Amino acid sequence: MSNFGLYEDRVRNFEWSVAEKELEYTDGNVLNIGWYCSDRICLKGKADKTALFYEGFGGIKKQYSFNDIRLAGNTIGNFLRNIGIKNEDRVCLFLDRIPELYFSFLGVLKIGAIVQPLFSAFGDESLFVRLENAQTKAIITQRKHLSKVRKVLERLPNLEFIVIVDHNKTKKLESRELPFSLQESKPVENFEIYPTRAESPSVLHYTSGTTGQPKGVKHVHYSIISQYLTAKWVLDLQEDDIYWCTADPGWVTGTSYGIIGPWSLGITQCVLDAGFSAQAWYKFIEDYRITMWYSAPTAIRSLMKAGEDIVSDFDLSSLRHLASVGEPLNSEAVIWSQKMFGKLFHDTFWQTETGSIMITNFPGMKVKPGSMGKSFPGITGVVLDAKKYEPITEPGQVGLIAFKPGWPAMMRSYWNNEEKYREKFINGWYLTGDRSSIDSEGYFWFVGRDDDVINTGGHLVSPFEVESALLEHPAVGESAVVAKPDEINMEVVKAFITLKPGFNPGPDLELEIMNFIRKKLSPIAMPQSIEYMEKLPKTRSGKIMRRLLHAKEWGEDIGDISTLEND
Amino acid sequence: MEDIKDLILNYVINEYLDDDDEKITYDTPLISSGYVDSFSMVSLLVFLENKFKIKIPPSKATPEAFDTVNNIVALVNQYINK
Repeated sequence: MSNFGLYEDRVRNFEWSVAEKELEYTDGNVLNIGWYCSDRICLKGKADKTALFYEGFGGIKKQYSFNDIRLAGNTIGNFLRNIGIKNEDRVCLFLDRIPELYFSFLGVLKIGAIVQPLFSAFGDESLFVRLENAQTKAIITQRKHLSKVRKVLERLPNLEFIVIVDHNKTKKLESRELPFSLQESKPVENFEIYPTRAESPSVLHYTSGTTGQPKGVKHVHYSIISQYLTAKWVLDLQEDDIYWCTADPGWVTGTSYGIIGPWSLGITQCVLDAGFSAQAWYKFIEDYRITMWYSAPTAIRSLMKAGEDIVSDFDLSSLRHLASVGEPLNSEAVIWSQKMFGKLFHDTFWQTETGSIMITNFPGMKVKPGSMGKSFPGITGVVLDAKKYEPITEPGQVGLIAFKPGWPAMMRSYWNNEEKYREKFINGWYLTGDRSSIDSEGYFWFVGRDDDVINTGGHLVSPFEVESALLEHPAVGESAVVAKPDEINMEVVKAFITLKPGFNPGPDLELEIMNFIRKKLSPIAMPQSIEYMEKLPKTRSGKIMRRLLHAKEWGEDIGDISTLEND
Repeated sequence: MEDIKDLILNYVINEYLDDDDEKITYDTPLISSGYVDSFSMVSLLVFLENKFKIKIPPSKATPEAFDTVNNIVALVNQYINK
């Protein structure tokens, strides 16, 4: 029996207070996510229950109880407080998926500071723009990522502390660098948790848009209300579950459902900190007897590519419920999972800005393969007419996916960018930037983005950010970046460039430019292919017509070209 | 043979390892360890194709085939010798 029950029953008279009651929260009280995810679970008698099974590369295995993670959060919080980190200071976590990442998340929140998780594969420029924008005061990182931090340190006067969690004394520390070892620190038993309230800022995740620099999406501690309830009703997390969320906490799924959702419910979760291979993933499920698996379409398609034979080499019978996030889940993947695991992957749709699942195929509800499912109770989800911004009532008509603001996990602002924040709302609706239709039974069917943002493997990449970085390469004269279709990642980055005089096109230069972007921004933003052009298509006013290049890549009609400049 | 091995090993060290202290060998897992992710694998593929003037079909460019320098050398040799 699922936690959710019948859709009609849940939607009727729904109030978010159902989560408040279960979490024993009353309006105006102290509300701290770090406490709810560790101390409260211990007070509920689960101090010895396993909170985390961790497996790192090379077979390193660790196990932590809820009391262990409570103490670890206290100890890290105590260290940060002692060096001078105060409430609402921004503390960046620039770590691989090691235990310290998860414990630091709790520790930062426990002292009332704002946690800023960043994907550790980011290059130095991606790191710089996000730290500069947030005016981050401290960064917690590992030895292996220190060189990237050092590269940008001089340009970051607000960054006072670089905390290294695995300092081994072979590398000489420089100015502002501090070693911290959780193993060698005395666990802090009694810790005064900062009395954050519902609207106190908690997490700052960065996301990319079509234009401008990445935006810092500010969430508050009250987000736990949505994250708790969606983890319970959509991911169907139950007391004895062994849960695996494959997302990295550098992205919102990895915090909303890789930390807050499961731990606020007192659920045991697993983390695998290693690169992808089908064999390693199946073995991980087998070894830990994983029951609930939350993954991404790109990973599912990679598993499909690895073939069906390998699946039978492993005992995957523990799997009870599967869900997917990040990009549209194609019907073939849903049908494949039923065939391979005897379970369907349930698609979930939400964004960094929404903070929690908004549309989904619920456990126990009829799944229409290829559909996103229905709105979560308490969420008013519609598709809007693109000109009038009014809800479309006719089934099957494509429009802009929008939500009525007001759910607990909704972002409260873009950091230092009120103007961009306001642009996300029209006629009282929050605009997601995605398009879909709704069928006669209320199921949403994804169509595509409403802008030029590239969704590659579930990660959003700004074409503007890549184009700007390309222009910093000495050979590149002009650049235009669009999405290119890809079998595994749905979309990948493709760049069109013109060269400056004196540079010749060729495969070696192509590789050099690819690596330039990979190191500067990230592997995700690296163009998977580069096409040399004599000139880029532009309007008569000189604006590059990305639309034409996109249409070329996707084999679409190029539409109106009356504004195209002539030679 | 050793030349190809060292050439690829050195390329991986120079391009994909951020920390000077990290040491890898011909048998160190690259993909499954996370040193080279699936996106970066594309740039490694382009390097091999450019350097050895070969074309590796997408179906052969799997995470397993790229997981160690020794595996990569075996893959490259299939096409160099053709």
